[in-house]
Amino acid sequence: MPVAHGLAFDVAHMLAGGMVTVSFMLLFQDRLFALIQFIALHALVLTLALGWQAWLQDAEHLYAAAALALVFKATLIPWVLHRLVRRLRIERAVETVVGAGMTMLFGICLVGLAVVVMLPLAAKSPLMWEDLSFALAVVMLGLLIMITRRNAVGQIIGFLSVDNGMMLAAAGAHGMPFLIDLSIAFSALVALIVFGIFLSHIFKHFDSVDVHTLDRFRGDQP
Amino acid sequence: MAIIQYLLLQGFQMLLVLAVAPLLIGIVRRVKARLLRRIGPSVFQPYRDLIRLARKDVVVAHNASWLFLVTPYIVFAAIWVAAALVPTYALGLIFSWSADIIVIVGLLALARFFQALAGLDVGTAFGGIGTSREMMIASLAEPAMLMIVFTLSLLAQSTQLSSIAHYMMTVQVGLRVSCGLALMGLVMVAIAENGRVPVDNPATHLELTMVHEAMILEYSGRHLALIELASALKLTLYLSMLVCVFVPWGMALTDAGPLALLVGVVLYPAKIAAGGAALALLEVTVAKMRVFRVVDFLNFALMLGLLAALLLFVSRSI
Amino acid sequence: MTALEALFRAFTGDFGTAAVTVLLAGPLVTATAMLLVPAHRVAAALNAGSTLVSFLAALVLLWDRPPLNIYLHVDDLNVAMIALTTFISFTSSLFSGGYVEHERRTGRINRRTGQFYHAMYQSLMFALNLALLANNIGLMWVAIELATLTAVLMVGIYRTPAALEAAWKYFILGSVGVALALFGTILVYFAAASAVGDGMEAMAWTVLITHAGWFDPTLLDIAFVFLLLGYGTKAGLVPMHAWLPDAHAEGPTPITAVLSGLLINVSLYLILRFKMVLAANPHVLPPGPLMVGLGLLSMLFAILMLYRQRDIKRLFAYSSIEHMGIAAFAFGIGGPLANFAGLLHMVMHSLTKSAIFFAVGHIVQVKGTQQLPAIRGLGESHPVLGWGLALGVLAIAGMPPFGVFMSEFLVVSACFARAPLLTLVLIAGLIVALGALLLRLNEVVFGEAGGASLRRDGSYLPLVLHLLLVLAAGLCLPPPLVAWFQHVAAQLG
Repeated sequence: MPVAHGLAFDVAHMLAGGMVTVSFMLLFQDRLFALIQFIALHALVLTLALGWQAWLQDAEHLYAAAALALVFKATLIPWVLHRLVRRLRIERAVETVVGAGMTMLFGICLVGLAVVVMLPLAAKSPLMWEDLSFALAVVMLGLLIMITRRNAVGQIIGFLSVDNGMMLAAAGAHGMPFLIDLSIAFSALVALIVFGIFLSHIFKHFDSVDVHTLDRFRGDQP
Repeated sequence: MAIIQYLLLQGFQMLLVLAVAPLLIGIVRRVKARLLRRIGPSVFQPYRDLIRLARKDVVVAHNASWLFLVTPYIVFAAIWVAAALVPTYALGLIFSWSADIIVIVGLLALARFFQALAGLDVGTAFGGIGTSREMMIASLAEPAMLMIVFTLSLLAQSTQLSSIAHYMMTVQVGLRVSCGLALMGLVMVAIAENGRVPVDNPATHLELTMVHEAMILEYSGRHLALIELASALKLTLYLSMLVCVFVPWGMALTDAGPLALLVGVVLYPAKIAAGGAALALLEVTVAKMRVFRVVDFLNFALMLGLLAALLLFVSRSI
Repeated sequence: MTALEALFRAFTGDFGTAAVTVLLAGPLVTATAMLLVPAHRVAAALNAGSTLVSFLAALVLLWDRPPLNIYLHVDDLNVAMIALTTFISFTSSLFSGGYVEHERRTGRINRRTGQFYHAMYQSLMFALNLALLANNIGLMWVAIELATLTAVLMVGIYRTPAALEAAWKYFILGSVGVALALFGTILVYFAAASAVGDGMEAMAWTVLITHAGWFDPTLLDIAFVFLLLGYGTKAGLVPMHAWLPDAHAEGPTPITAVLSGLLINVSLYLILRFKMVLAANPHVLPPGPLMVGLGLLSMLFAILMLYRQRDIKRLFAYSSIEHMGIAAFAFGIGGPLANFAGLLHMVMHSLTKSAIFFAVGHIVQVKGTQQLPAIRGLGESHPVLGWGLALGVLAIAGMPPFGVFMSEFLVVSACFARAPLLTLVLIAGLIVALGALLLRLNEVVFGEAGGASLRRDGSYLPLVLHLLLVLAAGLCLPPPLVAWFQHVAAQLG
């Protein structure tokens, strides 16, 4: 069973797995500042993963993507979020997660699902299987974060981690044109702007960033 | 002749852990004190404390039953045996076939069972609180521990610590995410089981927060010495286990020469001391959590174990 | 710069490239210009003018196509979609001129918001044109993402709590969809890169379709599931539809018309593109049953929801989900006839539903409310509006002689040949939907007239134009159009 792995594979595997682990920490964490720190860590691991892939594939565009991830996702966006949280004075808002234990269990199931969905690839290219199942796991965990967070900041952090998962998937694809990376970084930035606008408005209207206070205004009620 | 040599090696291991355990506690306290800019007691202070306690008279409550009196001996014996089974400086010792992780978990559970009974025996409020909290933590920590054991034994295809360590040393395992997750989970379980900082504070006697200390509040004299030594041994056991699974390098292989054994004997206390220093660093950087948060903490450890097992499945076929 | 290039191309006889340049650069330039135009009337005229120019450019494409490149292309499938999209965007812009005028007058939006609205309208048009023209699957994704973000901003434009809720929901669900679609896109690239080689070539749809036979079938299968779920979110297919009724109800009505008539259509078009790639590979699992299932689920769910609606815009939003379901169902059934029916249904639904929303926009402004119980007896008080709505509802419910009847009839008959049992479900659903719509229509048009009667702005021209087109299509489709539909349907596989 055990076969000697190359160092190249080992490091890539470790970094991708590290991203899944950090995703779990995001899922588990329920304090806003800690969440912001973890999303920065998530992006940092992504930067390392992208850098490693860039070095392996000798692809300049991946170096650029890694630099983008470092500048925007690991530094700028967490900083802006931090400022936003501070300015809105919601540092103390410990958001309610729908049962940490259940969420985690659900997360594990999603990782299992990601592995199983990609299972047909295992026979053909185990390397690709592993790459994609890790990336898919990160994406799905990000979606889960978005669903389980009631807080707008929590949801945006979920969105950012989904983006990071996409980057991870794109990095594994050899020679994937830079277009995708650029647009993802761009979309994250746009998302942030949109979010900033909305957050300030939500805040102005309700004195809270709990999006569930919006439920009163749903149209479906008879 | 050979059998005597094997027995001697095993016997040496039993004495080694017994000797190292108080030293480990001393190191942790000393490093913690230095990190807090205090001078702190000498690293040998726990030995002195134990000797002092052993000399003192035992004070027993009027309504204590025989259970209260035998518990310290049972606890000490069970934990000492468990600690002596974990490979420390050499692999393949004569009793290593019984150094099964599940046996070790069982021995620890036996000790905990008696300690809990003794805590309830005298009927004071603190004993009751401490016991109920200890059992809550234990009931959460054990599944997590078993999940991690499961992962490691899936990887090495054995539940014997000696074989797992052998596997880790000889086979090119590579950087496995599963191993990293199992390590994290095991550290979390070890912290909870030993009542270290984020879960319980061993240095406090604040009634609302203590867990382990509340349970042994009624003990004194040599009984207390045995229990203190047993908890030091338990910490040593967990550190040895971590060290032997994740940093096995330097341990003497089966039937190795005297030089390899010597290297093992010298390296083992060094590794344990490093582990103790790391623990001290962790304890000064994190704050103790509320008792109800311990549930989440241990659930997280369980999830890490599950995730490790799952990811093992992914990285296995390559 | 680009305008000069377009002019140059036109002079050198390359009308196709000139038209594509106009289609993409026109909206962008206009969107920028909007920021400099403070006067509302000028902005509305500019908006309408720009979309008219786009429509004319799209007509040029029917006649002369640009040479193929790996970023943009024009083929049989998208040329008609572009013509349809630009046409509806033109008529919607005519409607939106009057609509925004009214909102300005009643103080619901201010000058700056009006400016922003027009700039966003043009950005949305740019995104939709780009999504349709793109030959690169990454570019398709970027365009749809851009379209979603601009649509989110438009939906939240009134800044009321309900509008913000709708926009936030749209944003969150939209980004989930975007994420899934991107994952699918990356998987397609994975499949392609091992057959075609790395680089831009492996993302060009025209290259994909010619080499699809060599792709890894399991990878394609997985990719299609992600793409269907991802773009299906934008198309409002059922488990992912939750944003659609809210966004429709809370956004300005011209945007509702654009969402219903164009954005969900374009999303379905992108699903079709990938279905074609799958159809070109003989070893994949057929994607049909998946689309049939999602389509049927969407349709039945939406029909049941029709009975519960008390808001006129939500009512027709659910009707849009129903019709997207029918179209997805038809494409899922597959074969030349069903594909023909599906394409026709997409076109007819776009025209009819935007006509209905034009009428609804006027009605809501006249009555000052979106609540169905407060809207009564329009046939008496506002005959043109009342009868316009009545005809639109009859058309969308699939009554002859309108075009939707034609397409639904074709779907049913194609389905009979392939899956007779499903046909029963389909027909039952259509009848129940007809009942729900007629029930509402009866109260709204033929009840006792009453309630507010405010001033109205803008003309009925777009409404009448759309209804006439749908009627004409129902009475007789021109033979070249039929030939074109048949040709494309055969390609869809």
